[in-house]
Formats: sequence, C-alpha cells, structure tokens
Amino acid sequence: MNGKYEAVIGLEVHAQMLTQSKAFCACTTTFGNGPNHNTCPVCLGMPGVLPVLNRKLVEYILAMGLATNCSITQRSVFARKNYFYPDLPKGYQISQYEDPICQFGHLDVELNDGTVKHIGITRIHMEEDAGKLVHDMHVDTLVDVNRCGVPLIEIVSEPDMHTSHEAYQYLSMIKQIVTYLGICDGNMEEGSLRCDANVSVRLRGTDKLGTRTEVKNLNSFRNVERALEYEIARQIALIEDGGRVVQETLIWDADRNVALSMRSKEEAHDYRYFPDPDLVPVVVSDAWIERVRAELPELPQKRRDRFVADFHLPKYDADILTLERPLAEYYETAAGCLSAKNPETFKAVSNWVMTDVLRAVKESNITIADFPVTPAHLSAMVNLITEGTISGKIAKDVFEEMLAGGEAPMAIVQRKGLVQISDTGAIEAIINEILAANAAQVEQYRAGKTQVFGFFVGAAMKAMKGKANPNIVNALLKKKLDV
Amino acid sequence: MNTREPFDTYRSKLSSGEETCEARVGAYLSVLAERQTLNAFLCVFGSEAHEQARAIDVKIAAGTAGPLAGMVMAVKDVLCMKGTITTCGSKILEHHEAVYDAAVIEKLRDADAVIIGKTNMDEFAMGSSNENSAYGPVKHPLDETRVPGGSSGGSCVAVAAGMATTSLGSDTGGSIRQPAGLCGIVGMKPTYGRVSRYGLVAYASSFDQIGPFAQTVRDCARVLQVIAGHDERDSTSARVPVPDYLAAITGSVDGVKIGVPKEYFNDALSAEIRRALETKIVILEAHGAEIIEVSLPHSEYTIAAYYILATAEASSNLARFDGARYGFRADGAKDLTEMYTKSRSEGFGAEVKRRIMLGTYVLSAGYYDAYYKKAQRVRRLIQNDFFEAFTKVDCLLTPISPTTAFKLGEKMSDPLQMYLSDIYTVSANLAGIPGISVPAGVDAQGLPIGLQLLGKQFDESTLLNIADFLERTHS
Repeated sequence: MNGKYEAVIGLEVHAQMLTQSKAFCACTTTFGNGPNHNTCPVCLGMPGVLPVLNRKLVEYILAMGLATNCSITQRSVFARKNYFYPDLPKGYQISQYEDPICQFGHLDVELNDGTVKHIGITRIHMEEDAGKLVHDMHVDTLVDVNRCGVPLIEIVSEPDMHTSHEAYQYLSMIKQIVTYLGICDGNMEEGSLRCDANVSVRLRGTDKLGTRTEVKNLNSFRNVERALEYEIARQIALIEDGGRVVQETLIWDADRNVALSMRSKEEAHDYRYFPDPDLVPVVVSDAWIERVRAELPELPQKRRDRFVADFHLPKYDADILTLERPLAEYYETAAGCLSAKNPETFKAVSNWVMTDVLRAVKESNITIADFPVTPAHLSAMVNLITEGTISGKIAKDVFEEMLAGGEAPMAIVQRKGLVQISDTGAIEAIINEILAANAAQVEQYRAGKTQVFGFFVGAAMKAMKGKANPNIVNALLKKKLDV
Repeated sequence: MNTREPFDTYRSKLSSGEETCEARVGAYLSVLAERQTLNAFLCVFGSEAHEQARAIDVKIAAGTAGPLAGMVMAVKDVLCMKGTITTCGSKILEHHEAVYDAAVIEKLRDADAVIIGKTNMDEFAMGSSNENSAYGPVKHPLDETRVPGGSSGGSCVAVAAGMATTSLGSDTGGSIRQPAGLCGIVGMKPTYGRVSRYGLVAYASSFDQIGPFAQTVRDCARVLQVIAGHDERDSTSARVPVPDYLAAITGSVDGVKIGVPKEYFNDALSAEIRRALETKIVILEAHGAEIIEVSLPHSEYTIAAYYILATAEASSNLARFDGARYGFRADGAKDLTEMYTKSRSEGFGAEVKRRIMLGTYVLSAGYYDAYYKKAQRVRRLIQNDFFEAFTKVDCLLTPISPTTAFKLGEKMSDPLQMYLSDIYTVSANLAGIPGISVPAGVDAQGLPIGLQLLGKQFDESTLLNIADFLERTHS
C-alpha cells in the first residue's frame, strides 16, 4: 500500500445461528428442504400473526457477547427495520437498533508478525434473516422464504483495522469463536457467515476519517482480502488523481475482481427504525448471564496457550491444533490416551495429527468427528512406536490400515505380523550374511566412502521385510564395519 | 322471537328446551336479511351456523355444552378465521382467505359460541364512522342517514339491530366503545394484554385490543371471561390471572370512589351528554358511591400523541400488503417498484393512505425525534396521569364521544374533526387501561347517549360492576 495513506476498516459480520427453530416462530431451520417448505403463517408474514422470541437465540448471543468481552444490556429491545423487497414478507425486518443486547466489546487479534491488535466491537445484535429470490429465466422471479426468520447475529466492529491482513485475522478469529461456541457453522461460502466492510482512507498521521464506502458480498476469506485491497487502492488512486471518494455501497464481483457501485448515499434507504410493538423487551438477569458464562467452552486463544504450556508444543503446532474445536478435542483426547506422557510423545501425536490426520480428513472430505481413526487408536499406535513394537515406517502402513478399516493398531500389527524384530542375534546373522556377500562395498566403506552405509541398512531392512528395529540395525552395522 | 333479548335471560329457555340455538340462528338470519341496508355484514355463514347450532343443541340437551352455548356471535372482519375471506374492510384483501384461526376464534369455538358472520368495518380499523370501508358504510340502526360509529361499526350494529347476541370488535382508539355509545349498547375494550391479539390483523400493535359488544354488561362479562387470558403466541399478552367476571357484578356501588376528569368537560361536549352524565352522578352518589373530581393534565395532547404513534405503527404493519404474496396485485406493472405503488395505490382507501403517509413521515430520519420520540414521552405522561388519578379513585366516569351519532358524510371532508370525535376514548389506548361504554338514555332526537367508565389495568371487574349498576338505573 502507498505509505502516504492509511486505510480505516470496520467490519459488519452476520453469523447465522445454529438454533433448531427460527428466531420468531417454531419453523425448522434445516437447510435443503424444498422451496417454501420451512414456513408457517408467522414467517410468511400473513395478516394478524405475531412473533415470539426464540430464547435459544438469546443464549447464543449472550455467549458470543461474553466471548468477545462485551457488556450485556440487561433490557434490550427489538426494532423494525422497514423496507420493501419481495424476500421480506412483513415489509420490515425484526432487528435491534437502539440498545442492542451486547455492546462495547473487543478482541485481541494476533497478526502474522506476532504483534497483537486490539479491535473494538461496537455492538452485537439479534435479527432475522430475509428469504431469497430465485430468478427463473422461463417463469419469473420466484420467492423462497425458507430462510425468512432464520436467526442471525450481527457483529459490528469499531473502525480499528488498517490493513486487509488485520481484517482477515479479525474475521478468522470471529469464525473461530462462533464455531468454538457451537452457535454458527462458520461457513462463508454457504453464507452462514457473511461480511460487509466499511472502508475509507486518509493521510497517514491524520485523525479525521475519510469518506467511507461499504463493500458487500464478501463471501470468502480470500474475497475479504482481495476486495479490501482493491477498494483501498481504488480510493487512494482516486484521491491521488485529485478526485473525491463518494459515499456509496459497492458490491464485490469475485469473478471480475472489481467492486461495483450498488447505490449512492442519496439512494440509501431510510429504514425508519422504531421499537417493535409486538415484542416485549428482552430482559436478561444476572443469573442468566452467569449461567451462560459458566457454560462457555474454553476459547481458542486460551486453549492454544494451554496446549503450549501443558503439552510443551511449539506455538505453531498449538495454533493449528486449536484452529477448530473438534480438532483440538481430538488432539487432547489422543494425548490423554498416551501411555508415556512426555514432550516427545505429545509432539509425536501432534505430528501425526497435523500431517497424516489432517491430510486424510481433507482427502476424504469428512469432518474430524467422522474420522475413522479414533484418537485412542492414534495414541495406541504412537504407544507402539514408543515401546519399540513397531517402527515409524511400519506405523505409516498401520495408519493406512486403521484409516481403511477402523481397526485397533495392535490388532493390525498382529494380524499382519508387523511386530518389529529387536532380536539382536537374528539381526546379526542377517548382517553377517550381507557383509559377506558384499565384500567390495565393505572395502569401499572402510576406505572412507561412508555413504555406502545406507546401502547396508537398506539391504538389511529388505532382508527382514522392514520389520527389523532400525536402531539395532544401525548400531550393529556400525559396530561391524568400524572395526 | 326477540333477537335483542340478552343471552343472560334466554339461556334458561335453552336448557329447559323451550327454545333452541338453531331457532335463534334462524331468527338472527331473518333480521339480517330484513335489514340488509344497514350493511353490517361482509359475509354470513348461514348454513354453517345452522349446522353448528344443531350440534350445540345436542350438547345442551346432553349437558356437555360450553359456557357460550346458545350465544350467536358476529366477529369483525379484522379477525382471521381459517378458510374464510378476511378483508379488513379493504379492497387489498378482497379475496384473501385466512389460513389460520385467531386465538379468540378458537376460544369462542371451544366455548360453543356460534359464529354467524363477519362484519363490516372501517378499512384496517381506521375510522370513527364506518364510512371508510371499501364495501360501503354501515348505517345507524335507528336512523339510516347517520353513522353507527367506527371502526367496529358492523359488529356494533349486528348486536344493536338484533342480528347477533354479541359480537367481537377491536379497539385501537375507541373503535368498540364509541360505536357502542352511539348505538346504545355495551362495548368493552379490555386492558392491553388481557386478550390475545394473535390473528387480529394489526392496525397499531401497541394500542389494538379485542373486546365484546353486548346488549347487557352481564353478556359482555360472559364473552370477556372466554376470550381473556394469556396466549403464548402473543408476547404482549399478560400473565395475569383472569378473575370470575360475573361474580364481580354485585349490584352495589356503595363505597366505590369514582373520579370525574375535569379536562373532559369542555365546550366540545354536547350539553345533553353532560346532563346525562350528571344525572348518573346523582344516582351513583345516592347509592353510596363517592364522586371525586380528578385531573388528567396532559389530556390536550392525547389526540396528537395517538395519531403520531398509531400511524407510525400502522405504516409498518401495513407494509406487508404489497401485492407480492397475497392480496390485491395491480395489473400492468412494468417493474417491482411499480407493482408496489400501483397495488398499494389502488388497493388502499384514502384514509389508510393518509395514515400510512403520516406514519411514514413521523418515523423518517430527521423527524423521528421530533415526532415519534416526543409522542412516546407524551404517552408516558398520559399514562402517569391515569396512574396518579387511580391512586385516589377506583375508576373514572367520562363521556364517550362529544356528540351523539352524526350524519353520514358530515365529517368526511374534515379528517381533523373526525379525529377529534375520539377525544374521550383514545386516552385509554394510550394508557393501556380498560374502558367500557354503557347506555345512558337518549338525546332530544332519540339518539343514544353512551357513557364511559375507565379502570385500572386488569381491573375489568370494577368496570363491569359499576357498568351493570348504571345499566340497571337506565331510564
């Protein structure tokens, strides 16, 4: 970025809540049912219906508020946001405007250079989703209201971010927290997590904010970064050319890599917010807040730090292992099943999880919860390596077997006769044969060409079908060759 | 058969077998046919009512009938009844079939009331004369050149003219009490939250309340008993226990403290209504009631606050009638915006459009604080006036409207004059308190005079008791 300018970025993140029923009626939130299947008179906005608040939504937003250091408004109200659109059956969206339930929070976001950025959270409020329009070329524009009334929370940050990287890290942390809390699946591509950005630029060192634009439709982490970079560059170029930024709403076109103007300030809606007279204020008692607080799971940063402290893992490992709660739980369960608990075995399990487990999960396109190798089996396998029953190389084969059949590692080892040979006598006999049969190579080695050592190891392992304990093979070969 | 006979007196004839519910349905239907010019009904369920009545007669004979068995009711066309057209008096819902039953409809059915039809009304309950219906005005049963009051004019006239035993209306600013007063029957607006609004098509959600029309206070109490109570589908319905309303009617007013708000006796009030009220005061005092003058100092802001807040809510409540999913959609729109504007311009009547525009204006950016917010504060002040008065008295006795029934067309050209006819009734909706209209004689032209009792929140019992007393002193 041009060093002369500084960007100012604030994000509005919508997270779809994983409640079973909608925000204000009993309809299911199940995804994938036929159009207009998940509906009732209430979410269809039929004349005379009334909304009834889903208490689970309040529980969820309280958890999010507490996890992001917000203060809880103990008497918050719902408001109507009025505008006409065919996907909005009532002609207004139930949201919160004045007195949202969570305010004045913050997150401490870690950046790639290791510094920590304090990002304020202005507010988090509850609202209902709208439906969606289906444009059919042959018929007409059709409305599917399945999503109408699905509960959302909107998390509004302070304009505390200055680079696309900061925004990316902040959004990653939001995603990590909502998924840890189990209140949102965090899927940006499917729209369960949506992000709009407010962007302005100003001369570095000045305090006054520049005119901002709002960029919508950032439906992936990558798009957030790209769209922000695009918009920051566009605004700087505009100012450098003597122009002025116009307050407007832009829509990000990911295919063409451009942000297109959607509407100007003059065309902006006047939403005519006012308190929804059909709903009573949401009153949250101290006891309710404390109960939610007590039930909060361990949050990602805390868990990461604990992994470093308890398992002596490098921060890099701990970061990856705690990225998602199910993976962290997988690792922790596996680590707990180790027969020998020490930094080496903890790290060994970490290596297996970060490489083989994550690779297999990715390849088979399943979640860690459905992963065929249980954490107990994984650590049983590491135990076998530690105890010297199998070698690390054999373990790779055992892992593949476990992946295919979900069998316990010891059963595989026994069934396939993979127990490592640590019998010095047997190994020595084989080594003697090999040395006798390869006198020329022995001469070479003794003349100083030590590279051929690997040839002897390979030949010995091959002769013993890979089951020989490699440490013993090495030691015996050295002893015999270095006389 | 006298179709204006109260349920209270004829119900013994039903249990003795002297009369049947079915015969009553037949009698009401014939009055209905004779007096079609009153235009009280928008739709009549003749054969269904007969069929229902037969089933109820069987239940009565078997002794298994519900509390309203034998009562034949009409309901305002603002209440949803599954499978029936619910127009709200509007062209925009001319063919709209309700897909569910309102909570009160369920309750009436469970209590074995027969529903004979749905009644005409001012469009979306906006009006004080019933001249704003897309289906023509309702006429006053005693003088068809006059209005019956509104907006629940059809439900009121159905009872006043003997086309139903009782009926349900809705009251947002006086829409039950004012027509009841003008037509000489009993009409009650319960406390806000007393009756579930689920299935009542909203005009102004924080004001709307469903209530009964009846020939007598006792009939009114019986209907209220059935429809009152908490409903999980209405977040604003109160979890306050429902007392036995009939038991509250004791026949005595001895020791009751009745307030008379001095601000309500200004020049706008007709001399005859004032005299009728004074007559009642004398009778009440003679029977041991204590009459105390009280003050409601913010009364002069009542109409302004009401028309800001109610229209603000209405502008949002009526946004769903956009032609997209149900109701009227205008032909020939070229795009979405035109579909909205054409459908709403052609579908809504003048008064509804006026109120939507008012409400949209007061909620607009830059005006919200000056109008909506200020009116909210005034609403609290008006509420406090009442709460203050109720520390001194048990209820208030007031006029119901400044004049008796006025001529059709008389106020249509002057909306402000029309709005001012609600001056004594809207305060109860602003404060959320109950009010009841009771007949108090007639004026020189023979037109009914009604008086209003206003009570403490959830104290319908006191109102019913005093209203019953006043009714029986009715000369």
